[in-house]
Amino acid sequence: MVCFSSEYSPNMPVMKILVIEDDLEAASYLVKAFNESGIVTDHASDGDLGFYLATENNYDVMVIDRMLPKRDGLSIVTELREKSIDTPVLILSALGQVDDRVTGLRAGGDDYLPKPYSFSELLARVEVLGRRKGMRDNDTVYRVGDLELDRLAHEVHRAGQRITLQPREFRLLEYLMKHAGQVVTRTMLLENVWDYHFDPQTNVIDVHISRLRSKIEKGFDKALLRTVRGAGYILKADG
Amino acid sequence: MARTIGRFGILLRTTAVRMSALYLGLFAICAVVLVFYVTDLTSSLLTYQTKQVVQDELKVLGNFYRRGGVSMLIGHIDRRSREPGANLYTIAASNGQILAGNVESLQSGILEREGWTERPFSYRRFYQPEGTPGHAALAEVIFLPNGMRVLVGRDLGEPTKFRSMVQRSLVMALGIMVIGALVIWFVIGRRALQRIDRVSQASQKIMAGDLGQRLPVSGSGDEFDRLSESLNAMLGRIERLNEGLRQVSDNIAHDLKTPLTRLRNRAEAALAGNEDGPAYRAAMEEVIDESDQLIRTFNALLMISRVEAGSAVAEMNKVDLTQIAHDAEELYEPVADEAGVCLSSRIQDGIEVSGNRELIGQALTNLIDNAIKYTAGCDNEARVEVALENGGDGIILSVSDNGPGIPENRRDDVKKRFVRLDESRTKPGTGLGLSLVDAIMALHGGRLDLVCNGDGNSGLRARMVFDRRG
Repeated sequence: MVCFSSEYSPNMPVMKILVIEDDLEAASYLVKAFNESGIVTDHASDGDLGFYLATENNYDVMVIDRMLPKRDGLSIVTELREKSIDTPVLILSALGQVDDRVTGLRAGGDDYLPKPYSFSELLARVEVLGRRKGMRDNDTVYRVGDLELDRLAHEVHRAGQRITLQPREFRLLEYLMKHAGQVVTRTMLLENVWDYHFDPQTNVIDVHISRLRSKIEKGFDKALLRTVRGAGYILKADG
Repeated sequence: MARTIGRFGILLRTTAVRMSALYLGLFAICAVVLVFYVTDLTSSLLTYQTKQVVQDELKVLGNFYRRGGVSMLIGHIDRRSREPGANLYTIAASNGQILAGNVESLQSGILEREGWTERPFSYRRFYQPEGTPGHAALAEVIFLPNGMRVLVGRDLGEPTKFRSMVQRSLVMALGIMVIGALVIWFVIGRRALQRIDRVSQASQKIMAGDLGQRLPVSGSGDEFDRLSESLNAMLGRIERLNEGLRQVSDNIAHDLKTPLTRLRNRAEAALAGNEDGPAYRAAMEEVIDESDQLIRTFNALLMISRVEAGSAVAEMNKVDLTQIAHDAEELYEPVADEAGVCLSSRIQDGIEVSGNRELIGQALTNLIDNAIKYTAGCDNEARVEVALENGGDGIILSVSDNGPGIPENRRDDVKKRFVRLDESRTKPGTGLGLSLVDAIMALHGGRLDLVCNGDGNSGLRARMVFDRRG
């Protein structure tokens, strides 16, 4: 069995998502892969059925293709939002133009992924969206193991020892800690920390991560920030 | 024969022929109306003149009659009758017997009614040769108090001749016109048809795949030439685009074949070898990395074609170039550091342009990425500088390095898709970075300049030049 997310643990509440995608081959692959990652997945192959399922069931996340038979993805999102259904929505698009992201997000989408994408990217984003509800947005201090980040004071301590970070390194760590225990991909980091949505040619993010890693791990015995090959990074206290 | 008829049928359907037929019809109707109008006008004018002359004559005769009675009247009429080209004069008794004048006989009944004769009547003059037809005339008849009748009239020979002459010449003019129109019609229609035939022959060749073919231009500068010229310009553009497309797809095929083969070989090797779990896993991870690189290449290609597709693609806003430059420097500082390249900056404050932040950011990071990649590992101390200035040449965002540079004759080439100076392709990259920068700058109404940095051929300065109006 392929295990895309090594971070799935049985004691986490099971996530239930809806995939609205008309390409049956892609959809069956997605359903299988999500199920193997421990995510219960419903599938709708056209816009009408998708909208019906979305209104009748309670999902944690919906993955909606933009171009669908019978009704297009964006109108589904807009109408769901009008009905006050605020389930996080990730929009998939074959268009991937610069402004498609903007229109997608304006229509009420929460995240946007242009095709072709890798499943690990999609999975990481779905997991982040799905766990958003219990998110620690209002916490002023994030803690992972003995690492502490104070969002108000802009200070980072590990085992009581002050760690000095550059502003961007601070934002990077803040994002990783906010999603502690979840895989975050390089593009997610570039989007959320640098606000760029393109694919950098070289390993820019890796270099930033390794800098950050050396700052928060050097001199400490336990590794916190680990690389998930083919996917991204995860910040975790134990393992 | 059938072909001739067929061609004639086509000729009849041409616009020129249809238009000229319409005009010919309208013109003919106008001409016929004109003929009738003119002849009618002439004859009524002549009739009026005739009446005028006759009445004047009668006035004179009346004077003679009042002065000297019937005898003086007869004397005068006798005299007038002999004058050359005289009018008609008749004095008759109440029983209709002609007493004096130059008329031998009249159509019967003319002398019975006083006043103007309603229609032209026929008469014979004295000394008129036997056998010739009688003349026609208009006349006024007056009854004298003693019952005698006086008739003064005018021969209608002249006006009738005149009228028929006008009519004949008008009909002839009309005939010439119709024949002329038919000839012109035929010639113009045929000429138009020939031009069209040549154009459609050329376009059939083009449709058959010969994109180098052009529509014929006669050089006369007429409407056909103008149409052909603009269609030719269009064909030229299509040919260039097609050529570009062909080149790109060749390149794509070529450049994607290599990584795909590598990908396949890796998977095959992993499958064939007796490797254990971790090695198997490592092989799979390599395969994933390789496919990620492929996806990256595809994304870059898609991005370029979308940016090239035009300004409808991206939202343009006021963007802070200064901020973009600082962000990019900050993003790449660790990369440069790790590569042993000294990344510095000279960024002017508060420079804004209208553009798309994402795209400009991507373009700039591409340039920095390239500069670091190609400068690192050179003998001298590697330096890359990001500069932003609002100078005399416009707003320039540039990345300079002291690396190997690009030979002058290759500087345009490297902007093309998949063109890489590094033929062995040992350095990572898609060969699409500069193409994207070029496309992005074109979208912003600016350009990408590649120039030498400093002296000699070494070093490269990639300048993103923004139009200041933008």
